[in-house]
Amino acid sequence: MVHEWSLAEALLRYVASVYGPRIKTLKLRVGVLQSIDKEVLLFSIRELAGLYNVSLGDVVLEDEEAVFKCNRCGYEWSFNPGDLGEEVRESIHFLPEAVFAYTRCPRCGSRDFKVVKGRGLEVAEVVPG
Amino acid sequence: MAVKKTYVVLSSKGGVGKSTLSSLLAFYAAERGARAGLVDLDFTNPSTHIVLGVDPREVRYVEEKGIFPALVGKLRYVTPAAFTRDSPLPLRGENVSRALFELISILRLDGLDYLFIDTPPGMSDEHMDIVYRLGEVVKPVVVTTPSPLSVSSVRKMISLLRESGLREIFLVENMGGGGLADVFKEPGITYLGYVPFYPGFDNCIGSLENVRRCPLRSFFESIVDKLVSEG
Ligand SMILES: Nc1ncnc2c1ncn2[C@@H]1O[C@H](COP(=O)(O)OP(=O)(O)O)[C@@H](O)[C@H]1O
Ligand SMILES: [Mg+2]
Ligand SMILES: [Zn+2]
Repeated sequence: MVHEWSLAEALLRYVASVYGPRIKTLKLRVGVLQSIDKEVLLFSIRELAGLYNVSLGDVVLEDEEAVFKCNRCGYEWSFNPGDLGEEVRESIHFLPEAVFAYTRCPRCGSRDFKVVKGRGLEVAEVVPG
Repeated sequence: MAVKKTYVVLSSKGGVGKSTLSSLLAFYAAERGARAGLVDLDFTNPSTHIVLGVDPREVRYVEEKGIFPALVGKLRYVTPAAFTRDSPLPLRGENVSRALFELISILRLDGLDYLFIDTPPGMSDEHMDIVYRLGEVVKPVVVTTPSPLSVSSVRKMISLLRESGLREIFLVENMGGGGLADVFKEPGITYLGYVPFYPGFDNCIGSLENVRRCPLRSFFESIVDKLVSEG
């Protein structure tokens, strides 16, 4: 529940302030880097919608793969936190930047890369009404 | 984050004793019964666990709508080394800032009397982030040795801190004899005391037993006293 609750809170505030308190459909992209629990996220969003008086229809959550790009050689690759074992996955859940301690560029071995996508939460579509 | 007082231990110089000072002040404050915490924010080179003799792989946090610090003796303790299992964490500046926000925003430090924060050496965006992010509650504790190199560097940092709106700055003289009390006698700077240079300092760190039996303990404790009484 570390991030799910605080992510849901930030998200609802944002969506309600931009689109108003009646939302028919909310589509979100959830980056896989932090291993966010989608069930917990959905639960938090619904709870908080109640608290904030936001009427909320369908909520659709889809995964967004994590993509890294090497700052040294330019190589791009996709990263799956599940590949590194439970303990590492949990560390990255707490502190996403810990990923820099566990991963290198598969082509040149550099640890200097950037997270192109797959971190955090993104609003893909909102249908008000 | 409802902490009564937050002290950010800072120095523009490396190797002046930030990590040892923040660890020992926090530990001794906790030993005497205050609810004290220590958060290591030196992401690329965390070292407070070495001072306290804690194996970062053994540090476990309790997760519940955030992270509760681990207990080391009576001290509430958080180190990023626990998330990296002590392997190197080479971060660019932007990622240091991200990591910082991430950690500060998920920590549950409610109810602490005193929180000590260790920081990386220097005076960069990260330091300003810490100062800004924590807002008015934060009190900077600047560490310097008597060396002219350190003193002149720290002076620049003090003026930057003032520019960013911090009016009360604490100063600690490490590896010295008290001579800096006069050097920094000016409005807005509170000299907290000094810790002498001790060639056997390695006996003061590395395990909680060493820390408890450190012959310099009274110097650190009088700094704690001063901080507590300064309000
Ligand atoms: N009062 C002291 N006397 C002798 N050595 C000290 C003293 N304070 C710190 N040290 C030593 O100085 C070195 C740097 O200390 P550290 O706390 O890591 O500095 P920083 O965090 O500012 O880089 C360490 O090896 C530490 O053991
Ligand atoms: Mg240090
Ligand atoms: Zn590469």
